[in-house]
Amino acid sequence: MATMNVLEAVRDAMRLEMRRDPNVFILGEDVGARGGVFLATNGFVAEFGEQRVIDTPLAESSIVGIALGAAVSGMRPIAEIQFGDFIWPAINQLVGEAARARYGTAGQRNASMVVRVPHGGGVRGGLYHSQSVEALLAHTPGLKVVAPSTPYDAKGLLISAIRDDDPVVFLEHKRTYRLVRGEAPEGYYTEPIGRAEIKRRGEDLTVITYGLMLHYTLQAAEQVSESEGIEAEVIDLRTLRPLDVDTVIESVRRTSKALIVQEDTPVASIGSEVAAVIADRAFFDLDGPVRRVTPPDFPPMPYSPLQEAEYMPSPNKISYAIRQLIDL
Amino acid sequence: MGKMNSTGRETQIASSAGPAGLPDGLDAAGVVEMYRTMILSRMLDERVWLMNRQGKAAIVASAQGHEAAQVASVRALDPSRDHFLIYYRQFTAMLALGVTPLELLCGFLAKSGEPMSEARQFPLHGSHPRVDLFSFSNVVGTQLPQAVGVALADRLRGDQGRVTIVYFGDGAASQGDCHEAMNFAGIHRLPVLFFCENNGYATSVPLQRQMAVESVAVRAAGYGFPGVSVDGRDMFAVYQATKDAADSIRAEGGPVLVEAKVDRLLPHTTDDDHTLYRSPDDIGQMRGRDPIDVTSRALRERRLMDEDGDKSIRQEARRLVIEATDRAEALPYPDAEAMYRHLYAE
Repeated sequence: MATMNVLEAVRDAMRLEMRRDPNVFILGEDVGARGGVFLATNGFVAEFGEQRVIDTPLAESSIVGIALGAAVSGMRPIAEIQFGDFIWPAINQLVGEAARARYGTAGQRNASMVVRVPHGGGVRGGLYHSQSVEALLAHTPGLKVVAPSTPYDAKGLLISAIRDDDPVVFLEHKRTYRLVRGEAPEGYYTEPIGRAEIKRRGEDLTVITYGLMLHYTLQAAEQVSESEGIEAEVIDLRTLRPLDVDTVIESVRRTSKALIVQEDTPVASIGSEVAAVIADRAFFDLDGPVRRVTPPDFPPMPYSPLQEAEYMPSPNKISYAIRQLIDL
Repeated sequence: MGKMNSTGRETQIASSAGPAGLPDGLDAAGVVEMYRTMILSRMLDERVWLMNRQGKAAIVASAQGHEAAQVASVRALDPSRDHFLIYYRQFTAMLALGVTPLELLCGFLAKSGEPMSEARQFPLHGSHPRVDLFSFSNVVGTQLPQAVGVALADRLRGDQGRVTIVYFGDGAASQGDCHEAMNFAGIHRLPVLFFCENNGYATSVPLQRQMAVESVAVRAAGYGFPGVSVDGRDMFAVYQATKDAADSIRAEGGPVLVEAKVDRLLPHTTDDDHTLYRSPDDIGQMRGRDPIDVTSRALRERRLMDEDGDKSIRQEARRLVIEATDRAEALPYPDAEAMYRHLYAE
C-alpha cells in the first residue's frame, strides 16, 4: 500500500490505464504542457506524447462530442471538464447524445468514455467554481455517475470507469484533491461501479452521503459518539447512478433512522431520490422522518467567506441534525 | 460499386453511351446507377409522404430536391473505408450506401427488423450493421464534433487514408457545435469532409435570416481550410467537388468544406406547411429546377440513357417500392418489452 491524496490517485489511475491500453487518450483544457489546472495530468505529455494528451480550445461541447465520436469508433477517451461549472455547454453532447448512443442504436455502439469533472465548493470558488452538478447527470438514463471520496476509491473506481463500455461521469471533489490522504495499492486494482460502502458502523441511525460530505459526516459521527454516545452508521454512496439501493435499505432497516447529507441544493437532488427509495422500501422500519442536510436552496455559492461558510454543510451542522433526529 | 447498387438489378443503358466528358472516376454505368438511386429515392420518398397522410408513417423529412447532391457525394467517396455521419434528410445517401428500401420503410413505419435502432428512433437514426454510418440525434449539428472524434480515432490508431464525411444542413451551420468542430478539425488537420446541404431554409427561416454571408463555404477560411460551393442539382459538379475534397483529405491535406446548394422541394417535414412562408413563385421556380429532371436531361443529352432507359428505370423503381411497401406493412411492430434492452452494455 502507498499513501496518496485523491489527486495522486486520479493521476495514478489514468497513467496506469494509458500504459495498459493504447486506446485510452485524454482531451481537455490545459491538460497538456500545463498538466491540467489541478495537475491531474502532470507529466503525461512527456510520457505519452501530445497525440494522446490533447489540449483543446475552450469549447466544452466539442470536448465531449469529440470524445463521443472517438468512443463509438472504438477508443476509450477521458475528457476533462476543467471545472464542473463549465459542463453546461457540453450538456447536450453528454445527456442528449452520449447517454443515448447505445440505446438509440439498439446496442450497436459503445460510448466507452469517461468525463472527469472536478467539482464542488468550499474552496472560495464563488458562483462559477463551486457548483455541484450531479443531480441532472444522475437523472439521466444511460449515464453512470461516480463520486468517490477517498484515494482508494478514486483510483479503483477510475480504472473501472475507463474500462467501462458506457459513458461514466467521474466527479472529483476539488477540496478532497489535496486534503484527503489515504492508503491505496500501487498497481492495478478496480472497485466496482454501482456499489456503496459502509464507511463507519453504528446502530443508532444511518447517514447517507458522498464526496467531500463523507469526510464532514465522519467528523460529525465522531463528535456525537464522543459527546453523547450516539453511533451513526455512515454510508458512502460512491456511485450516484446506478444507486446502490440495497446497501442503503439494509442499513436503514437496522437503524430505523435515516439522514442524508449532500453539498448539492435540495430540490430534485440525490437526497430526494434516496429519501424516496427509503420511503418506498423501508417505510415500516422507520421510527422517524427522513431528514436531509443540504445547503439552502440558493445558487452555489457566495465568494465572500462568511456567506460561503453559511452556505456549506459542515461537521457541526451535520452533528446538530444527527442529535435532532435522535431526540425526536 | 456493388454496395451502391440498391436495386440489385441492371437496366438497359443506351448502346451509344460513352464517357461523354465524365469526371474522372465516373463511367457510364456508374452514372446511370446514380440516376437509378435518385429515382428510387424519389419514389420511396413520395411513398412515405403518402403513407404519412394515410396515418401509417408518423413523420417524414423528405430528401426531395437533395437527391443529386447526396448520390454524387456518396459516389465520390469509398464506402469500404470511409465513415459516414448522416442526418435526418438523407434518404438518397443511405440508398446509395446500400441501405435497402425495405430497411428504410421499416424505419418510417417503425416496424420490426428496422436495423438502425430497432425502430426506437425516428427514421434514419441510429447505426447500421452493414454500413459504416451513424446518426444519433435530432438535435442539429451534434454530429459535427462526433465526426471530428471519429476522424481523431483514425489518426490515433494510425489508420491513414480514410475520410470521415459529415453531412449537415444550413440550419445546423448556425450551431456552436459546427464552429467548435470545424475549429478543432482545422487545428489538427483531421481527415474530415464537412458536407453542407444548403437548401436555403432552416425549417421556415430563410438563409438571409440565418447568416450574413451568402454561403456556408466562405466560413471555411476562418478555420484554415478550403471551402467550395457547388450547384447541388448538378451531380457531376457535386461529384467533382467532393472527389477533389476527398483526394486532398486522403493526401493529408486537412479538412475541406463542400457546400451543395440545393432546393427543399417539400416542407421541412410532414408536419410543416411551406406555403406559410414561401411564395408560389419561389415554389414554382424550384420545381422548375428539380434535380431529377436536371439529371434525366443531362444523361439523355450525354446519350448515357435514352427515353426507354429512363422509363424502365422508373418502372423498376416503382416495382421495388411497391414490393418493399407490401413487405414492410406486413411486418409486426417490435414487442413493447424490447424497449427495456440496451440501456447499458449487456
